[in-house]
Amino acid sequence: MSKMERPFDEELKRLKEKLLDMASRAEEQIGLAVRGLKDRKQEMACEVLEKEEAINRLDIEIDDMALRLLALRQPMATDLRFITSAMKIGSDLERIGDLAVNIAERTLELLKSPQLKPLIDIPRMAEMAQEMVRDALNAFVNGDADLAKNVCQRDDQVDQLNNQIFRELLTFMMADATTIPRAVDLILVGRHLERIADHATNIGEDVIYMVRGKTIKHHIEEGLFTGLKGCLGPDQKK
Amino acid sequence: MSVETGIAKIETRDLDFYYGPSRALKRVNISCHTNRVTAIIGPSGCGKSTFIRSLNRMNEVVPGTRMEGTILLDGHDIHASDVDVVELRRRVGMVFQKPNPFPKSIFDNIAYGLRINGLKDKRKLENVVERSLRGAALWEEVKDRLGENAFALSGGQQQRLCIARALAVEPEVILFDEPCSAIDPIATAKIEDLIETLEKSYTVVIVTHNMQQAARVSDYTAFMMLGELVEFDVTEKIFTNPANKLTEEYITGRFG
Repeated sequence: MSKMERPFDEELKRLKEKLLDMASRAEEQIGLAVRGLKDRKQEMACEVLEKEEAINRLDIEIDDMALRLLALRQPMATDLRFITSAMKIGSDLERIGDLAVNIAERTLELLKSPQLKPLIDIPRMAEMAQEMVRDALNAFVNGDADLAKNVCQRDDQVDQLNNQIFRELLTFMMADATTIPRAVDLILVGRHLERIADHATNIGEDVIYMVRGKTIKHHIEEGLFTGLKGCLGPDQKK
Repeated sequence: MSVETGIAKIETRDLDFYYGPSRALKRVNISCHTNRVTAIIGPSGCGKSTFIRSLNRMNEVVPGTRMEGTILLDGHDIHASDVDVVELRRRVGMVFQKPNPFPKSIFDNIAYGLRINGLKDKRKLENVVERSLRGAALWEEVKDRLGENAFALSGGQQQRLCIARALAVEPEVILFDEPCSAIDPIATAKIEDLIETLEKSYTVVIVTHNMQQAARVSDYTAFMMLGELVEFDVTEKIFTNPANKLTEEYITGRFG
């Protein structure tokens, strides 16, 4: 009655590898999109658009694989939680990829006009969001619930930075109405990054569920939720 | 161990069981409740069949066996001197691994238990036979051929006939000892549906090798290993997030 390596473990490993591949691509997309914006490089923005296809394909592959494993292996307990988490993490990564594309699209728009201001907070925010995605996936791979929790907690900092960006751009718009189109584009970029951090938080929550078998979703401390942020859009947070 | 509060229908306290010198059950405490299906799972030789067979004193017929501890049915010790074993087995019915109908007609298979209990009225017998066959979801398939030999039925039908036979004497608890291991998937699905229906009127205990079956039909699941109860909890909990590492390894197929 010794512990066995199952052929099933090999399949689970492949699923894990695919998710890791997808995550590193998504993370790279965030970096590339924001660098394109900061350095005003059109080719970088275009590269982001081109690379999105691969992420979408991986999302579909992960779903197919997970569904097949559910049907054929009838997994239980940790195996079951791992596979359902993998499916959810896949959709979060896919959304992160989409948001990176959205940032690249804003970049292409912004490149049509001169630079409004040098970007400092947005690249900082991007770095934080990237780290959250990276750590969330590390937590997933190592089954590290503490790291996952830490990722969830960092969401607040990103939210705060987003508010700061919004307030700063508001002063530009109030001072000079001609800056409005560019400022709005930058506000949107901030919002996309904030959403990316939310998806990383979702991944962190899924990892905690996977490891501990307990849901913490919708119970973690709500981030700073000011009226200012509220006017950015209706679907702030799940 | 009890998952549910309230008085158990049938309950074991520190149940030990020996086949000669070898100890098959080690201080097993399980409570089974009315209108609930309790599944017992575990690798071969873990004691699950021994456990279930203790509940209506079927193990006593095996020579050289010895039991310690207490088994309570409605709070009464089933080994008390005033307990009639035949009456106990009427109250705690059993369905076995392989269908074992008598070499008699379908009708007589079910009427048998009633007749030996002294029921002779033909009208009453007919009523019970129909009610039991309906209860076992077999009536529609056999109502026009009750006089045929039971061996003419398919394996799955024979098993449902055995369930009908168990129902005829109006038991309170029904024990299933791997009831689907000898029948095909369609017949298995019918038996599983039936178990879920029986739950509404009886206390059901099922031993199964098939974990998916335990997951599908039971409310509570007990995992046993080497004669010991390892974990006993709500079925959903056992199969999504078991507390014990051994349970986890067994149900995910890492050993067993």
